[in-house]
Amino acid sequence: MSDIGAYQGATEAPHEAGFGDYVQLLKPRVMSLVVFTALVGLLVAPVGLHPVEGFAAILFIALGAGASGALNMWWDADIDQVMKRTQRRPVPAGKVQAGEALAVGLGLSGISVVMLGLATNLMAAALLAFTIFFYAVVYSMWLKRSTPQNIVIGGAAGAFPPMIGWVAVTGSVSLEAFLMFALIFMWTPPHFWALALFMKEDYHAAGVPMLTVTHGRKATRAHILAYTLLLVPVALGVAMTSIGGPFTLAVAVVLNAWFVIGAFRIWRRDEVMAEADKYAVEKAFFRVSLLYLFLHFAAFLVELALKSAGLGGW
Amino acid sequence: MTFRPEHELHKRRFSRNLGLGLTLAAFVVLVFALTVVKVKRGDPMQGFDHTFQSEPAPQEDSE
Repeated sequence: MSDIGAYQGATEAPHEAGFGDYVQLLKPRVMSLVVFTALVGLLVAPVGLHPVEGFAAILFIALGAGASGALNMWWDADIDQVMKRTQRRPVPAGKVQAGEALAVGLGLSGISVVMLGLATNLMAAALLAFTIFFYAVVYSMWLKRSTPQNIVIGGAAGAFPPMIGWVAVTGSVSLEAFLMFALIFMWTPPHFWALALFMKEDYHAAGVPMLTVTHGRKATRAHILAYTLLLVPVALGVAMTSIGGPFTLAVAVVLNAWFVIGAFRIWRRDEVMAEADKYAVEKAFFRVSLLYLFLHFAAFLVELALKSAGLGGW
Repeated sequence: MTFRPEHELHKRRFSRNLGLGLTLAAFVVLVFALTVVKVKRGDPMQGFDHTFQSEPAPQEDSE
């Protein structure tokens, strides 16, 4: 007898997932952003952490984020199957069973929270557990399908990593950690609404109440501008704290001017103009938004290096 | 005796087993390294070694 004997008459054996398929469940691209922001939160904290503990902290924060991604893929498999952007994810593509995604998500959630607690402190572990709960239950199961504010409130889940990185070192939340959280929290809505503008049919077809579906595109454009303007004081504020300095403030001023100009251009356009150039401005704004967040957090690291050379900081 | 050619299914299974094995090995190494770091630094802990230990006893007031 052979373990593939039953399938030998069939044209194709049923898919049995490879290791890479399980890695895809963890949303590696989202994880890369989590790793970067958590690392910055950890490095800019006022006290140090042993490199091994620091490495473990980043690894388990990333693993926790990956676990919540797997839980999201388990719950949202029906939506993912309809949307072009997500059709190739392992569950809708039939590479991994939904139950397996649930098991991976729950298992890794437990491991990441316990190990982060053992490697650093209980406060960081509690924050990671809350982040996973927030993304999987509050955002995926509740808000995503029920309110056009889904992205606004759900964005909190993606904003926690730098705060967890900071708490892993210090053991408590401070103004700097809160403002790093607020920076990502306020950045998330314009970032995703720009995506929703040019992935126009996806959310509609899936029945997800994105702002573009419930309030129309004109309102979405106005919301992008409003949230981008609200983001400015947060970005400038964090540059004024102990993790900022003249360099960070200069970077924040340039980045926010760039971002506000982009949002203003989106607000001035209508669908006819957007269709004419195939959403070039919206797509450019989306790309700038990725760069915006990366450069903001990179600026904190540069400021840290300048400080250690006796040049940066307030 | 002849060997059957390896099915594509076996390759996928091998990649999964190899990946899981390497992940577990890396996890063991990390836990070991964390343990060494914490023990060397003397994080709060109380070993049980069948001898009287003075730390838990109430401190006498020197004044």
